[in-house]
Amino acid sequence: MSNNLTTVVSSKDVTVKINREKATVIIGERINPTGRKKMLKALQAGDFDMVRQDALAQVAAGAKILDVNAGVPGADEEALLKQVLQTVMDTVDVPLCIDTADPLALEAALKTYEGKALINSVNGEERSLDAILPLVKEYGAAVIGLCMDDDGIPATVDDRLKVATKIIERAAKLGIGPEDIVIDPLALTMGADHTAGFLAMQTIERIVAEFGVNITMGASNISFGMPDRKHINSTFIAMSIHAGLTCPITNPLEEEIAIAVLAADLSMGRDEYGMNWIKAYRVRQKAQAETE
Amino acid sequence: MSEILSELSTAVIEGNLDDIVDLTEDALDEDFSAQDILDKGLMPGMDHVGVEFKAGNMFVPEVLRSARAMQSSMELIRPMLVASGVKMVGKVLLGTVKGDLHDIGKNLVGMMCEGAGFDVHDIGKDIEPDAFVAAVKEFEPDVIGMSALLTTTMRSMEHTIKALEEAGLRDKVKIMIGGAPVTQAFSDQIGADGYASNAASAAELAKKFVA
Repeated sequence: MSNNLTTVVSSKDVTVKINREKATVIIGERINPTGRKKMLKALQAGDFDMVRQDALAQVAAGAKILDVNAGVPGADEEALLKQVLQTVMDTVDVPLCIDTADPLALEAALKTYEGKALINSVNGEERSLDAILPLVKEYGAAVIGLCMDDDGIPATVDDRLKVATKIIERAAKLGIGPEDIVIDPLALTMGADHTAGFLAMQTIERIVAEFGVNITMGASNISFGMPDRKHINSTFIAMSIHAGLTCPITNPLEEEIAIAVLAADLSMGRDEYGMNWIKAYRVRQKAQAETE
Repeated sequence: MSEILSELSTAVIEGNLDDIVDLTEDALDEDFSAQDILDKGLMPGMDHVGVEFKAGNMFVPEVLRSARAMQSSMELIRPMLVASGVKMVGKVLLGTVKGDLHDIGKNLVGMMCEGAGFDVHDIGKDIEPDAFVAAVKEFEPDVIGMSALLTTTMRSMEHTIKALEEAGLRDKVKIMIGGAPVTQAFSDQIGADGYASNAASAAELAKKFVA
């Protein structure tokens, strides 16, 4: 099997190709009320200004795909997710990653969405496989597969690889190709277990060697409980890109992260003539000159 | 205070796993009771850790080390505490609610509560309301601590409180909740007794409940 599959996602007019030879694709994580009390309050009040601002700011900061989550406790997620999704589609023209645990909300969102969406997510639990994969097929979407199953998050590389294998094989049975599966190896925090980052990177290497699929990862939680988190996050993301990470879900507004991704791409030989790096440098210079 | 007990406190604060067992044995040799070792050695150490953690001067891995050090000492003195019929401060039942697999914060709360002298019973993560009810019947805690990290799983806290009401157990326990999306307003709304924003505050809240 090729070790370099291409995952294609799109909005109405923009297509994004995720591939190990191209620049890393940042999936902007900020449109999500989990752990963001201001966003939670705004969504509860039906105020979508913050969603619009976050969409614009993340795209300006280099996000090529935006994650959209509307998990507000007590709210009708089906209706709210559709509203937030529509707001983002009206604001920016980038492919979206529909982030929900509720299959009904997911299906409603897929009906609203224009283009080929990335679904966040399916995992190795039977219930999840049965509910999500048919929707991936029906709506011609791509999907993120989390390396966890009915027994939780496996503690070893081998067991995480098994879950990834299960998801890819079950998808194949429905006619969903591995190019439409993006695996998330799951990075737990190094604050609780100092080997968690290394385990995630080893898992990435194994899955890429086996299937060549694209890899995503939430790369911000890795440093939970630690001081000076941004340095850990940016180093970990750069090292993970070397291991095979192609589309991290992260916050592009954190300058350290955005810079680490660009430097990693250049170091991996994926930034021809260093143009992306130089361009980003000039943007920072200009911003700095304007504030002085 | 005796030098050896203050050395024990320091060993807890520093998470000194190499020396804490020897220090505990030395203290026992000097005829300090298990109760003294706990109350005047280990607990003041853990108290300090809680204060520093809350202030942002100590970090999760350090708290984990301190708790591990305290546990190593506790292993030695626990049989003596049990034999002498020492009463713990109270009993705390902990769990991450149904649908949620995040347990780092909950584990920290457990360590802080142990450090504050509670008998802690942790029933794990993804815990159904009925499982909380069964555990309350079996363990008879003074305080229940529930944790959720997702906006989508917070509601399980409310369901658990309802299940306790239906089982006629609600008035027998104090309920505290925590986790990134949780707020005091949410705590009030679902009828919990309190909210804590971090592990050290949770242990303080539990102490207030049993005082």
